[in-house]
Amino acid sequence: MAAAAAVRSSMGLTLRLSRAIPDCSSCPLNRLKSCGVNPQSRGSFESFRTMNRHLQTSIGLCHSEEGSSNAEDPEDVVNVVYIDRSGQRIPVKAKVGDNVLYLAHKHGIDLEGACEASLACSTCHVYVNAEHFDKLPDPAEREDDMLDMAPMLQENSRLGCQIILTPELDGIELTLPKITRNFYVDGHVPKPH
Amino acid sequence: MSRLCGGVRFSSCTPKVCIVGSGPAGFYTAQHLLKTHQNVHVDIYERLPVPFGLVRFGVAPDHPEVKNVINTFTQTAKHSRCRFYGNVNVGKDVSVGELKQAYHAVVLSYGAEGNRSMGVPGEGLAGVYSAKDFVGWYNGHPSCREVFTLNPDLNCETAVILGQGNVALDVARVLLSPIDILKKTDITQPALEALVRSQIRRVLIVGRRGPVQVACTIKELREMVNLPGTKSEMVEADFDGVTEALKDLPRPRKRLTELLLKTALDTPGDKEQQRRHQASRTWGFRFFRSPSEVLADADGNKTVGIRLAVTRLEGSGEGARAVLTGEVEDVTCGLVISSIGYKSHPIDPSVPFDTRRAVIPNTMGRVKQATGLYCSGWLKTGPTGVIATTMNNSFDTARSLVEDMESEALDLSSVKTGSEVISALLEERGVKSVSFSDWEKIDSVEMSRGEASGKPREKILTVEEMIQVART
Repeated sequence: MAAAAAVRSSMGLTLRLSRAIPDCSSCPLNRLKSCGVNPQSRGSFESFRTMNRHLQTSIGLCHSEEGSSNAEDPEDVVNVVYIDRSGQRIPVKAKVGDNVLYLAHKHGIDLEGACEASLACSTCHVYVNAEHFDKLPDPAEREDDMLDMAPMLQENSRLGCQIILTPELDGIELTLPKITRNFYVDGHVPKPH
Repeated sequence: MSRLCGGVRFSSCTPKVCIVGSGPAGFYTAQHLLKTHQNVHVDIYERLPVPFGLVRFGVAPDHPEVKNVINTFTQTAKHSRCRFYGNVNVGKDVSVGELKQAYHAVVLSYGAEGNRSMGVPGEGLAGVYSAKDFVGWYNGHPSCREVFTLNPDLNCETAVILGQGNVALDVARVLLSPIDILKKTDITQPALEALVRSQIRRVLIVGRRGPVQVACTIKELREMVNLPGTKSEMVEADFDGVTEALKDLPRPRKRLTELLLKTALDTPGDKEQQRRHQASRTWGFRFFRSPSEVLADADGNKTVGIRLAVTRLEGSGEGARAVLTGEVEDVTCGLVISSIGYKSHPIDPSVPFDTRRAVIPNTMGRVKQATGLYCSGWLKTGPTGVIATTMNNSFDTARSLVEDMESEALDLSSVKTGSEVISALLEERGVKSVSFSDWEKIDSVEMSRGEASGKPREKILTVEEMIQVART
């Protein structure tokens, strides 16, 4: 309970007034051309700022932060299953446009997002099930660069903050990598810094 | 839900834990403790008046996204069961022993404030600095002001950096970045002004092994390759055999090595040729070179060059070793920065410390031959790793601690007064701690000063001024 509440309030904390123009270059909505905001236009930036109140370079603002919609268009629903670090399956009903990292936060799943979706860390590392992995757009070079830093990298590794739900991702399963304990025992090599 | 402890006299006993150090290790340990144990109270002690450790003082000014993690830490600090006590020097103002008496458990997460030295003649000359001090200088660490009586001497054409990790690349990038980029970051004003006046046009990043062993990561290498106004210069012969080695490399190393090869060996197209032609600054890796002496001018005070011993590799891959060949090479330079590793220091004679590895001996975060004592972060595993590594490391320690609380391996039967008794001790000793909301005043002043010059913040550079603002 407390964990979910803490995570919900963590989402609230990432929604804060930002005076900076958001950096759209790391946002997959930008790459998919599915973000309606043009930050170059001053007017739209103002409404962007007050409406979404988001931190610069964080994404997922367009849809997931709005809370569950009342009129749920069934075509909009994307079923997602998170498999947490203890192996527990957590089914979630999400919407087209939801960001996998912030969706996890909304449902109390312990997927960290240290850099807040700006492709500057690998803490939101997830494994994507085979059936849906190929349906994802290829990672940008910057995502691949950060994935290289993730422990226990696999062929089906992606960064959760870069996955935006589309209708064809219905049924996607996202597994959180198990955290190895005392990792030097299993031959882990210390990462550079 | 009340917790039974001892079972007999007390109906519930609030577990009290204190954490020494408020960098990523301290905060991630606190975060995990608070999340997984519903009653534990966590107090975080920090030597400086300001929190966040290397996120504030280590992460490069032009990497602001990496600093977003501060929002997560702020949320933890403001948790109802968490308290921040800045300006408290554990080991001097209060001992670890006193903390152990006041709390059920103590977690040491104070990181690595020292650095490995090259151990070569001339290391003490003017113009030679550790990367730790150089980074601390441009990031405004209060202790680094004393290291440089003025600013570091940047009145020379060539700088040589020993070490090829991400810190070395950060230093190279800060030395060569266009001022227009740096002036919009939170780099300190004195550092910015020194860089405006800097004569440095060439930076060599030197390592004793080869391209396949380079310790930096691809993101940082790409930033150097794409740095406006610069071009790279490498020694082709250093890359003999590297292309052949590619196929056996794991993905991260392979991608990194491919980029390195491309940068060093590819014939540039017209556009790239033109860009290089216009570049006024150069940088390059130099491989198979190990420092043997820093060379002084005629008066014997200033650095005029560095003597590098030539090495060759024995073995291959991660385990390859550099062996001296007997040859040397002298490089003219006026600035030498050694970026060969940070190092932890022991805090208190009562705490076990492995002086060879410079870490606290532990098993999964539990300090060996001690009860109620834990460690996390670089102090636990050595000074390498990015924030994600430290996060996992700290969660691991927190898990051990919670396990011990629940299995009663940790004695929770006596009531501990935690910060009550420590605050009283500190007051007796004339130490005034800084609260998290005091830090927020400092934060706010820094940000508004930064706004005036188009920077995210203008850091306050002395402890005295930080405290002054905290007390307003």
